[in-house]
Amino acid sequence: MTVAALLANPSELTDTASSKCAVVLMTRIRLARNLAGASFPGWCREAQREEVLARCREALGATAAMRRSVNVPVAELTDLQKQILVERHLISRELSGSKHGGGLVINRDQTVSVMINEEDHLRVQVLRAGFQLKKAWNQIDGLDSELEERLDYAFDPELGYLTACPTNLGTGMRASAMMHLPALVISGQMEKVVRAVNQLGMVVRGLFGEGSDASGSIFQISNQTTLGESEDAILKRLGSVLQSIIEHELNAREKLIEADAPKLFDKIGRAYGILQNCHQLSSSEAMNLLSLLRLGIDLGLFPEPIRAVTDRLLIEAQPGHIQAAARHDLDSVQRDALRADKIRNEFAVVARPDYSLPTKE
Amino acid sequence: MASPLQCDLCGKPATVHLTQIVNSKMHKVDLCEACAQAKGVTDPGGFSLADLLLKASLSPEAAAGSAGECPGCGFTANDFKKHGRFGCPRCYRTFAGMVAPMLENMHKGVRHAGKVPVKALERRTLLERVAGLEAGLADAVKAERYEEAARLRDELTEARRAAAKPAPVAPAPSPVRR
Repeated sequence: MTVAALLANPSELTDTASSKCAVVLMTRIRLARNLAGASFPGWCREAQREEVLARCREALGATAAMRRSVNVPVAELTDLQKQILVERHLISRELSGSKHGGGLVINRDQTVSVMINEEDHLRVQVLRAGFQLKKAWNQIDGLDSELEERLDYAFDPELGYLTACPTNLGTGMRASAMMHLPALVISGQMEKVVRAVNQLGMVVRGLFGEGSDASGSIFQISNQTTLGESEDAILKRLGSVLQSIIEHELNAREKLIEADAPKLFDKIGRAYGILQNCHQLSSSEAMNLLSLLRLGIDLGLFPEPIRAVTDRLLIEAQPGHIQAAARHDLDSVQRDALRADKIRNEFAVVARPDYSLPTKE
Repeated sequence: MASPLQCDLCGKPATVHLTQIVNSKMHKVDLCEACAQAKGVTDPGGFSLADLLLKASLSPEAAAGSAGECPGCGFTANDFKKHGRFGCPRCYRTFAGMVAPMLENMHKGVRHAGKVPVKALERRTLLERVAGLEAGLADAVKAERYEEAARLRDELTEARRAAAKPAPVAPAPSPVRR
């Protein structure tokens, strides 16, 4: 499968929205794995990196899950393709910048992506729409077990899977949920939540990981530690933290409505107005407006089918995706215009919000 | 107490004080809570490591001192301070003295309690057994202990067959594409 074909294919993130994903947009689990006997990618000679790349690509190509996937060296991708993959959370910015020996293997529905020679030899990731820790774990565990039949992993009985950075030792597992928390942001509780979550050994980040901002009130919450606990225990702990954040967010929504419904409806109504009438729209403004619209859907102001449109646009309003839809190179002003056109057209048919029936969820 | 430190970015009273060593130069930053949040400094995932590394580097070189260079990849303790990453899997044995105290601050425990790559380990054990039997067989033949040699040969055939069953680690042919 080619990258171009992959990007044209429906993906887990852009095409599977459902009300089950009300607060948790998506769940991801990644495993860091390395081959015994080879230096880590950051300290590796070029020839050895190439050799690791070839071995990993071959092993992945032989698994049932990844047999008919995109399986390419990063160097073969265009900058735009890489950017789109980053925007879909399928590869990291670090990998997209790699010159020699970087590789990626991504399956057709884009639920599984494997980065080769990023910080570790292998970064295997499973991504599912909605709150799906268990499902994501089963999927990644299966692939990992299949891979270990073909690759000699660097493993130590005491320290677990050996990784370039000691923060990933042990399970090498980072599980995360992408959460949409507009009410906690509007009511100014996010800081408190971040602190509490940190104390529970979990980390809160922006949409694109370390140091990224949280536009659209979207946050990534993941486990901080990887050694000393089983995968199951980590996932259970994370799951209960996520569950309690969901409850806090839903409470905050109820309180916002009780306290000052007109103020909240005003925000959502304005977002609707702009999305339907804009002619210039930056990606961060789009993100924030779509986020408010999504909140409106959760509250019953808009019909449920609009959710799929909104969730898809949260991905497709990003700069790389907008550029890909154009025939020639755009500057940022042209991109803002094209983004506005696209969104205006998509929302032209969306009926006015029905403020009479904000139902409890 | 002196007047409170001010945020380097906006001048409000600073509550977050960060010290980081980059390329063996010390950098200090004082930030107010809002700016720290905006810059992602409060994110422990991003910064606790810097902190931990600092602690590790303050503790007398002793821990890593005797280790010198990793025989696997030529990595040194200094390289770790610079990069925050190790050179190869073997580094964890080479620098065990330096790693152990670091892990206590970093993780929930210091012993792995999760998944074990059973098949990979079984395969490694089998290959080691094959190597051991081969050596034993050669010795036995050399010393003309033919009865023992015959037994070892049978065991070796058996072990080789078992080792070959799971996908062999053959040199990679042309990589699969598409």
